[in-house]
Amino acid sequence: MENENVKKESFSRRDFIISSALASLTMAACGHGDQNPFTPESSVQLTGEKVKLLSVNGDIIEIDKAYLKPVPDIKPFTNSQERMGIAGKKFVMVIDLSRCKNLKKCQAACNHMHHIHPGQNWIKVYDMQESDHTAPYWQPTTCMHCDEPPCVKVCPVDATFKRQDGIVLIDSDRCIGCRFCMAACPYSTRVFNWEKPELPEEIEAKPYSCETSMPQKKGTVGKCDFCPDMVKQGSLPHCVSACPNGVFFFGDMNEDSVTNGAETFRFTDLIKDKSGYRLMEDLGTKPSVYYLPPVNRNFPFESGLENQKESVQ
Amino acid sequence: MENTSIQNKTITNDLLPQAFGLRGKIWTWSLVLICAVGLMAYIQQLKTGLQVTHMRDYVSWGIYISNFVFFVAISLVGSLITAIFRLGFVKWRTPLTRIAEVIAVSAIFFASLIIIVDMGRPERLVNLISHGRLQSPITWDVIVISTYFIISVMLLYLPLIPDIKILIQNKDRFPKWQQKLYVFLGSFWTGNQEQSKINYRSIIILSILIIPVAFCIHTVTSWLFATTYRPGWDSTNFGAYFVSGAFLVGAGGVIIAMYVFRRYYHLEKYITDRHFDHMGKALVLLALLYLYFNVNEYLVPAFKMKKTEQEHLTNLFAGEFAPIFWFAILVGMIIPILIMINEKGRRPLPMFIGGIMVVVGAWFKRYLIVTPTLLHPFLPMQDVPASFKHYFPSWQEWAITLASLAGALLIMTLFVRIFPIIPIEETIVEQNEKSEK
Repeated sequence: MENENVKKESFSRRDFIISSALASLTMAACGHGDQNPFTPESSVQLTGEKVKLLSVNGDIIEIDKAYLKPVPDIKPFTNSQERMGIAGKKFVMVIDLSRCKNLKKCQAACNHMHHIHPGQNWIKVYDMQESDHTAPYWQPTTCMHCDEPPCVKVCPVDATFKRQDGIVLIDSDRCIGCRFCMAACPYSTRVFNWEKPELPEEIEAKPYSCETSMPQKKGTVGKCDFCPDMVKQGSLPHCVSACPNGVFFFGDMNEDSVTNGAETFRFTDLIKDKSGYRLMEDLGTKPSVYYLPPVNRNFPFESGLENQKESVQ
Repeated sequence: MENTSIQNKTITNDLLPQAFGLRGKIWTWSLVLICAVGLMAYIQQLKTGLQVTHMRDYVSWGIYISNFVFFVAISLVGSLITAIFRLGFVKWRTPLTRIAEVIAVSAIFFASLIIIVDMGRPERLVNLISHGRLQSPITWDVIVISTYFIISVMLLYLPLIPDIKILIQNKDRFPKWQQKLYVFLGSFWTGNQEQSKINYRSIIILSILIIPVAFCIHTVTSWLFATTYRPGWDSTNFGAYFVSGAFLVGAGGVIIAMYVFRRYYHLEKYITDRHFDHMGKALVLLALLYLYFNVNEYLVPAFKMKKTEQEHLTNLFAGEFAPIFWFAILVGMIIPILIMINEKGRRPLPMFIGGIMVVVGAWFKRYLIVTPTLLHPFLPMQDVPASFKHYFPSWQEWAITLASLAGALLIMTLFVRIFPIIPIEETIVEQNEKSEK
C-alpha cells in the first residue's frame, strides 16, 4: 500500500513537471506570437519611396521600400537531395592534351571560385614525360570521378560518396578527417584543410553545401567536385569555361555529347576519332575523365614552360 | 605443512606491490611531465588544426599513424604469452603473463587515443557509429580493436581476482584509497571451488577467443595500407608480415619489462635466468620469421622493379631513407638474432639490450612502412609548395608521440604500484605443487 502511494506520488510529480514545462513553453511561444506574422510591422519607419513588385496573383503592386527585407540564405537543396544527384545523367569530361599549353587558367578559375587555400589546387597541370626518349606534354588533372572510386570504398562514414549522375562528392559536415581517402586515391587529387580555410565573410556565413563544396571546413578533405551547382544551372564547370584553348569538354554520356562552350562533339565519335583513353586503366577505377593524346599539338611543349617557372615555389 | 605456509608468506611478501622509492618517484613524475607537454601540444593542435604537424597533402599520414601501428603491434604480445603459451601448457610463462597483459592493455589503449589525435575532426568520432559503413577497413579496425581491448582488460582482471583477495588479507600495509580499490574490485571473491572453476573456465575461453581477435587487429591494421594501390603497400604479404612483426616487438617489450621489474623489485627468484633463456629462444624464432616476411616484402618487388615500385625501393635501399631502413633491419632483427642465438647472449643484460634494439628498430620500421610510400605517388609531386615534398615531424608531433609512449609506460608503472606484477596465487600454487612432488 505504501509502495503504491509512493509510486502515485512520483507519477504525479513527474506529470506536474512535464505539464508545467509545456505550459511555460506555450506561454513563451504566445508571447511572441500574438501578432500575425503577415501584418506589416507598425514600428517600420516609412521612407515614402515605393517599389513595384509582382504579386503571386500576377498583379503589379507597390509597397514602401521600408518593408523590403533581405531573404536569409536558404539552402536550395537538402543534403539528401545533393547526395542523390540528377537522375538520368552521367557526367563525363574529355581533356584534349593536344590543346594544352599550361596556361593554368583552369586552375586559377577553380581556385578563385572555390576559395581554395593558397598553395593547394584541385586542378593540377602536370609536366609529364613517361620516359627519357618520349615527348613531354602538359596534363591537367581534375578528380577522375571514378565509377569504382577507391576513396568511396574506404571512407568509414559515407562522407565521400558516388551520386547517380556519376559525380563523387565530399560532405564536409560529416568528414572525420581520417584521410584514408587521400591514401586510397591513386590520382593524388585530394587535398586536406590542415588549418582554418581563409574565406571571405560572406562565403563563411553561407550554409555548407556538398555541391558547391563551400564553405570548406577545417580538418576535412576537399577535391574537385565537377561543379554540380553550375551544371544544375545549365552552365559549364569553371575550368571548362575558363580555358581559352578549349582543352576541357564537359557533357553527359547519356546524351552522348560534350562541349567546351565553343565546340560540341558527339562523345563516342570524339573518343573514337582521337583515340581517347583514361588514366591508370589497369587499376580498374574506371574514371569519368577521358584524355585525348597530345598529337598534332596546337602549341609546342616549350610554350608552357614559361608559366611553369612562376608556379614553382 | 608448516614449511609451505612459511614459503607462501615469503612469496606473498616478495610479490606484494611496494611504494615507490626515490628512483620510482622521479621516473613516474618525468613520465607525467612528458604527458603534460604532449597534452599541451595536442591542445594547440586542436586550436590550430593539423597545420601544426608537418603532414601535408602528399604525406597525409605521419608518425601518429606509424606510432598507432607500433602500439597495435606491441599489444599483440598479450595474446602470445597469455593465450598461446597458456593453451600450449607452457609452464614457465606464469611470471610473465601479467607483464605481457599489462603491456597489451596500455598499448591498445594508447593506440586508440593516438588514432583520435590523428583525426582532423575528433569531435565527430561518433560518426563512426552513427554513419558507419561496413566496407571500410577503418570500421573493421574500430570493431576488432574495441573487442581486443575488452578481452585484454578481462584477461588482465580475471587472473588478478585471486591476488586481490591476498591484497585484501594484507590490507593493513596499504593506504586507505588502495584498500577501498581492492575491496571494490575483489571483495566478492571467496575463492571457493565453484568461483575458481568459473574463473578458470572464463580465462580459458577468453584465451581461445583472443587469438583470432589478435590476428584480426593487426591484419586489419595492415589492410589500412594493403587495400590501397600505392607502391610499398599494395601487397598480399601484408597481413602475415604485420602479425609476425607484432609478435617480435611484443616479445622485445616483455624482455625489457622483465629485466626492469626484476632489477627494481629484486624478483630474481621469480623471473629467473631460465625465463630469459626461454624468451631469448622465442625472440630468435620470431625475429627469423619477421626477417623471412621482410625478404618477401622487399626482394620480390625488387627483383621485378616495376616502375612505380622502383623509386620507392631504391629510396629505401640507397636513398633518403636508407639509414633508417638498414637500421631497422640490422638493429631491429639481425643483431638481436646474433646476440640471442648464443647461450651467453640469453643472459639478462644482453637480452635487455637486445630487447631495446628490437623495440626501437620496430618503431622506426613502422615509420618506414607509412611515410616513404606516401612520398612516391603515381603522378609526380608537382604544383605544390616545397614543404609538401618532404616530411619531418614537427615538435608537436614528437611531443604528442612521446607523450603517448610515456603514457603507456605510466599506466604500466601505476599498475605495478597498485597490483602485484607477478601473479602471487598462481606462483604459490605452482610452488606447492613442486614441493609436494
